[in-house]
Amino acid sequence: MPSSPNHVLEFPGGYTRSVGPVIGRFLSELRDGRLMGVRTASGRVLVPPTEYDPDTGAAVTDEWVEVGPAGTVQSWSWVPRPRHGHPLDRPFAWALIKPDGADTALLHALDMGVHELGAKPPKTLTTGMRVRPRWRAERRGHIGDIECFLPEVAVITAPTRLEYRLRPGRAQDRFLEGISQGRILGDRCPVCEQVIVPMRGLCPRDGVPTVEEVELPHTGTVTTFAVNNIPDPRAPEVPFVSAYVLLDGAGMTMLALVAGVPADRVRMGMRVRAAWRPRREWGRTMDNIKWFEPLDEPDVPFERIKDYL
Amino acid sequence: MSRDIAVVAFAQTPHKEREDGLSEVEMLAPVIAEVKERTGVDRFGFTCSGSCDYLVGTPFSFVSALDAVGAWPPICESHVETDAAWALQEAYVRLLHEEIDTALVYGFGKPSQSDFREVATQQLDPYYLAPLGPDQVSLAALQARAHLERTGATEEDLRAVAARSRAAGRNNPYALHLDDPDPGEDYEVAPLRPYDVAPLTDGAAAIVLAAGDKARELCERPAWITGIDHRVDAHGLGARDLSRSDSARLAGERAGARGVEIAELHAQFTHEELILREALGLGEEVTVNPSGGAMTANTVMAAGLVRIGEAAARIHDGTADKVLGHASAGPCLQQNLVCVMEGEPRG
Repeated sequence: MPSSPNHVLEFPGGYTRSVGPVIGRFLSELRDGRLMGVRTASGRVLVPPTEYDPDTGAAVTDEWVEVGPAGTVQSWSWVPRPRHGHPLDRPFAWALIKPDGADTALLHALDMGVHELGAKPPKTLTTGMRVRPRWRAERRGHIGDIECFLPEVAVITAPTRLEYRLRPGRAQDRFLEGISQGRILGDRCPVCEQVIVPMRGLCPRDGVPTVEEVELPHTGTVTTFAVNNIPDPRAPEVPFVSAYVLLDGAGMTMLALVAGVPADRVRMGMRVRAAWRPRREWGRTMDNIKWFEPLDEPDVPFERIKDYL
Repeated sequence: MSRDIAVVAFAQTPHKEREDGLSEVEMLAPVIAEVKERTGVDRFGFTCSGSCDYLVGTPFSFVSALDAVGAWPPICESHVETDAAWALQEAYVRLLHEEIDTALVYGFGKPSQSDFREVATQQLDPYYLAPLGPDQVSLAALQARAHLERTGATEEDLRAVAARSRAAGRNNPYALHLDDPDPGEDYEVAPLRPYDVAPLTDGAAAIVLAAGDKARELCERPAWITGIDHRVDAHGLGARDLSRSDSARLAGERAGARGVEIAELHAQFTHEELILREALGLGEEVTVNPSGGAMTANTVMAAGLVRIGEAAARIHDGTADKVLGHASAGPCLQQNLVCVMEGEPRG
């Protein structure tokens, strides 16, 4: 492209063209905010209208039909870097759009929202998608009276927020006190002798109050896990892994994040250690433990964790 | 009245990706001189050229190209404002019905002097398309999408076309020598990547046509034109099935494309080759674009004529007995011209 032209070909003020009765009617209707097609002798509705039937060359009838304005995408191309002269200055699609009630398609720009320059085509951009025009407020009888098309509304975002002030209860309060000091505490059941962590004050198996407090090491074993693809403020990135971790000496797993290892490398039986935040950031919260990280130890055989899934 | 008419000589410039300091006339003169020397003919019964004034933004700029031909005393001459393949068709018709036995055809283009994509936008429908500013690549990408979705062909299939064309182009001294396509390239306009888009080049080409015995006298093995046809699809892009090319199919049927051994297709995008192969019924046994095709040198206004010239040259050199040259014009393969040629004796 010439950066500074030494020759310009131009019709100052633009080239005047007569539009005739068919294109003129279409553009006039467009100015009024209506999308219209013209019927051929064979009954097809042409949008945009031409003076002749493209199949036969015969003149079209004088029957006009309001179509759309919603329509269906027949084919599309995605422009990651708009050119000078394109109707949008951010990535957008060109689409052939068949308005409802029409038998042919109209070319127009399709605005798919905000995307960075160079972006790949959005997944929601598909042949068959439903679209509607965005009309300009000031119209002048021009194909650009439709600024562009927009996808039909398929989703809304609903505000969702409720506020609580939760009390942890006595057992959990004691557990969080330990956590605030960098300790992981559990309860031992007087009947089955399993260690329950986080503390509950009760053995869920035997239904009896616990009496003995036990401090647990910060190492354990992943018994099972899930790979999460929806972002979570506590997780470092997507995808992230949430896992059941059986602390060494515990009789019950706790739910924790696992990080420091690619999601597809996490295994059942993998040995892990708690990664604590810096001490100055500690509070009475499980957030003190960021997540569990892999330990350089052999995996625990499935036989030994099969009851803790 | 029926006469046998053949391509008897073909010459082209090396096609250049960048402006190299030559004017159009300076580019053209050597190829005109080459076909004159090859045939020994200095004056032709008819002369016809194809070029586009919008490439230089000057009305009647094609007239100055006649300096390369030598037009005094006055010659019988004509011009088409499109690819010179259509100039060849006009010259063919003149030879059919006039008392002449030779014709010179040439085409040239220097897209390096403008933004050709913007120039091409100006050829679109002025009411419904041009005001929106869609460019050639964006429109081609719409057609690519339609074809891929109908046939199940993939972007890998498109890359295979680019890879095969580029490998062939590296054996063609006139084409650009391009590396194998890089699968990591980002989209230019999805689903097309830069390697799916033919590189615009500056260059020129010339062909001499001759009739009957004159052709046998000027060329050891003339490429006899046994069929030539030009068809156009519906004007509105949304009024046709973009996934296929009915006009190419019709032109191929009428020109007698069946049974060709080599086809030179004026595909300016990789998917266009797939559409044209389907439309022309070219099976795996047909060698497509042994020159590399327009995918390795897309000299605007000459690339279609070059396809006919390259195909004819395969008759001249004895490689094949029946060949096809194809040219296209307009957005999304709107216009298609098919020229079928045969050599004698049949091998």
